[in-house]
Amino acid sequence: MSLNYLTPEFKVLRDYDKCINCKVCMRQCANEVHSYDEDLGKMVADDYKCVNCQRCVVMCPTHALTIVKHPQVFRENANWTYDAIRDIYRQAETGGVLLSAMGNDRPYPIYWDKMVINASQVTNPSIDPLREPMELKIFIGRKPDKIELDENLNVKTKMPPQLTLNYPIMFSAMSYGSISYNAHASLARAAKELGIYYNTGEGGLHKDFRKYGPNTIVQVASGRFGVDREYLKTAAAVEIKIGQGAKPGIGGHLPGEKVSEDISETRMIPVGSDAISPAPHHDIYSIEDLSQLIYSLKEATDYKKPVGVKIAAVNNVAAIASGIARAGADYIAIDGFRGGTGAAPKRIRDNVGIPIEFAIASVDSRLRSEGIRHTISLIAAGSIRSSADIVKAIALGADAVYIGSAALIALGCHMCQQCYTGKCNWGIATQDPNLVKRLNPEIGYKRLVNLITAWGHEIQEMLGGMGINDIESLKGNRLMLRGIGMTQKELDVLGILAAGE
Amino acid sequence: MKTIDAKDMHYKDLNEMIKELVNSGEDVINLKNVNGQRYIGDNLNGNTKINIEGTPGNDLAAFMDGLTIEVFGNGQDAIGNTMNDGSIIVHGHVGDVVGYGMRGGSMYIKSDAGYRVGIHMKQYNDKVPVVVIGGTPGDFFGEYMAGGCMIVLNLSNKKDIVGEYCGTGMHGGVIYLRCNDVEDYKLGKEVIKEEATEDDLKEISKYIKNFSSYFKYDYDKIMNHKFIKLHPAGHRPYGKLYA
Ligand code: SF4
Ligand code: SF4
Repeated sequence: MSLNYLTPEFKVLRDYDKCINCKVCMRQCANEVHSYDEDLGKMVADDYKCVNCQRCVVMCPTHALTIVKHPQVFRENANWTYDAIRDIYRQAETGGVLLSAMGNDRPYPIYWDKMVINASQVTNPSIDPLREPMELKIFIGRKPDKIELDENLNVKTKMPPQLTLNYPIMFSAMSYGSISYNAHASLARAAKELGIYYNTGEGGLHKDFRKYGPNTIVQVASGRFGVDREYLKTAAAVEIKIGQGAKPGIGGHLPGEKVSEDISETRMIPVGSDAISPAPHHDIYSIEDLSQLIYSLKEATDYKKPVGVKIAAVNNVAAIASGIARAGADYIAIDGFRGGTGAAPKRIRDNVGIPIEFAIASVDSRLRSEGIRHTISLIAAGSIRSSADIVKAIALGADAVYIGSAALIALGCHMCQQCYTGKCNWGIATQDPNLVKRLNPEIGYKRLVNLITAWGHEIQEMLGGMGINDIESLKGNRLMLRGIGMTQKELDVLGILAAGE
Repeated sequence: MKTIDAKDMHYKDLNEMIKELVNSGEDVINLKNVNGQRYIGDNLNGNTKINIEGTPGNDLAAFMDGLTIEVFGNGQDAIGNTMNDGSIIVHGHVGDVVGYGMRGGSMYIKSDAGYRVGIHMKQYNDKVPVVVIGGTPGDFFGEYMAGGCMIVLNLSNKKDIVGEYCGTGMHGGVIYLRCNDVEDYKLGKEVIKEEATEDDLKEISKYIKNFSSYFKYDYDKIMNHKFIKLHPAGHRPYGKLYA
């Protein structure tokens, strides 16, 4: 390694009393941290290369390894932090834009954690979900202005196309290319098993996964990778990707070295070619243009499939959402500034966009005040970490949520935030066949099914506690929330009262 | 052969009729009095020939996978959006973002084209989209172009054969301009400019032949001119951007 000013971020501690020189760590670490020193007759580690992905820690048969934050410190400085200095060294060396992955990790307030959920006491008694029916099923799509019945009380009104979800949860867009074949296989199979949907992202649909079509949402982004008749025909719904929370205003870019044979076939571009999908769709400069693409896709799918639009949560999200509803979209997915990604410029990830909590509340309020809330479903995304976050999102006004990072964590992701390096030791954000096979989709899909089933039970219990037996009755029911430790302005934007009020 | 009078028809009704005919294997459909109806030919496949009299609206032949559409008039925006196969012949001029993300098939425009023609055009294996423009296109011609072949003939001998930002972000495919030279400032920095060789011209001769026969031009007259070839410097235009 050439001389640079960087110091290691992590330190690998090896308990030599436990280490049996089995070299498992050496084989498991794609970052080549561990090696066997023949002269010393023992395992050694190059701390510089460690990204703290925990793979070796988990795999070491004698539990001899611990990774710690490197004890080496700069002189204490609250302003010039270790991160700030380190970033400057890296840029001074390379002249490049800093990359990062997964979601914004800066210590911004997390508004989910400043909201608490109501429960019934004495009056309007709570419901026991173990004994009584508790509905979690929801429908994504435009709802008619009114329902008309014929004389036999059958519904006469023609319903616009809907997606039926057994849980108010879907797996958000992650492309084949940003994540592995086995990760996609796990997501697709879990979606089918659960009666929900996964999203291909903008990298096309692998031919092996066409069988999961009825549980698949396909994306159409500016690069149009893999978009053809078959793609549109196979999908249950089509999503136009305008933006994502981790990098509002920034497009997708899969570097050529990741475009392998298989990815090339799925994206329909040559091997080794950069896959660029810039943030602006250069055919969409207005709501009218967006509407044109929405209807182009509806025509292409015979008006039988919902067409949604995904945007990042930004300052004017409410006005934009209103435009999208009026443009004819069946759902809008809003991705908050903590949303994950396989690669994003670090400064964008950490500084652009707004929290999803505010975005849902203001979009829901705006659409209600304009009398068009029923014309569009609202999907919240951008770091949903638990069933409680989901209950809060729905109470703020969402119909359902998209989970991405949480799903990957269920598959084994340890949040090392190095997805863009392509060396994910957990077989998720990589195309290296030796790493990909570490993720067994047989096990992966079951872990996802477990997670969503568990969250489903928890949501039912929280609903029951509130005396509600249908998730639809929670939607936009902000009286079920109270805020703690927020300013009056924040409470107002969220449209909730303070605890005790 | 079937004829539809599209006068005062909503695009949805018109397209439904067309779709039915195409799916039933109709060989020729004549559309009369077309006046701005969008999405004609959207996501259709088959071998039908559609003749259009009038001006079809935006997104003509979007996602199209087969078919031949001949427009006896002008076209509007976004013709051939994400088109996969088939061919389009327009006896007039066309609007903006024509051939967006086009992945296969061919498009012949007799006269001029608007801004952002052929952006995100791609090719994969045997699928190589082709666009031939008899007049000249506007700015951002071939922006982000990733594959395929576009040819500009400038038969009306305009001063500027392309607008500005031609081939910006180009990382695949090839552009031929029938001219003696094109100013460097008009080209994206990712583009390499050189004179087309004999072999290059042989490569495009079949497209020029098609063009000449569709619009009744003298093939030899068109070919008896210097062509400039633009191709990308690499497949990784932004490879060195990151730390
Ligand atoms: S990068 Fe991961 S596998 Fe390698 S030493 Fe660090 S924690 Fe262990
Ligand atoms: S997906 Fe892999 S590379 Fe990305 S954060 Fe998780 S463990 Fe790290």
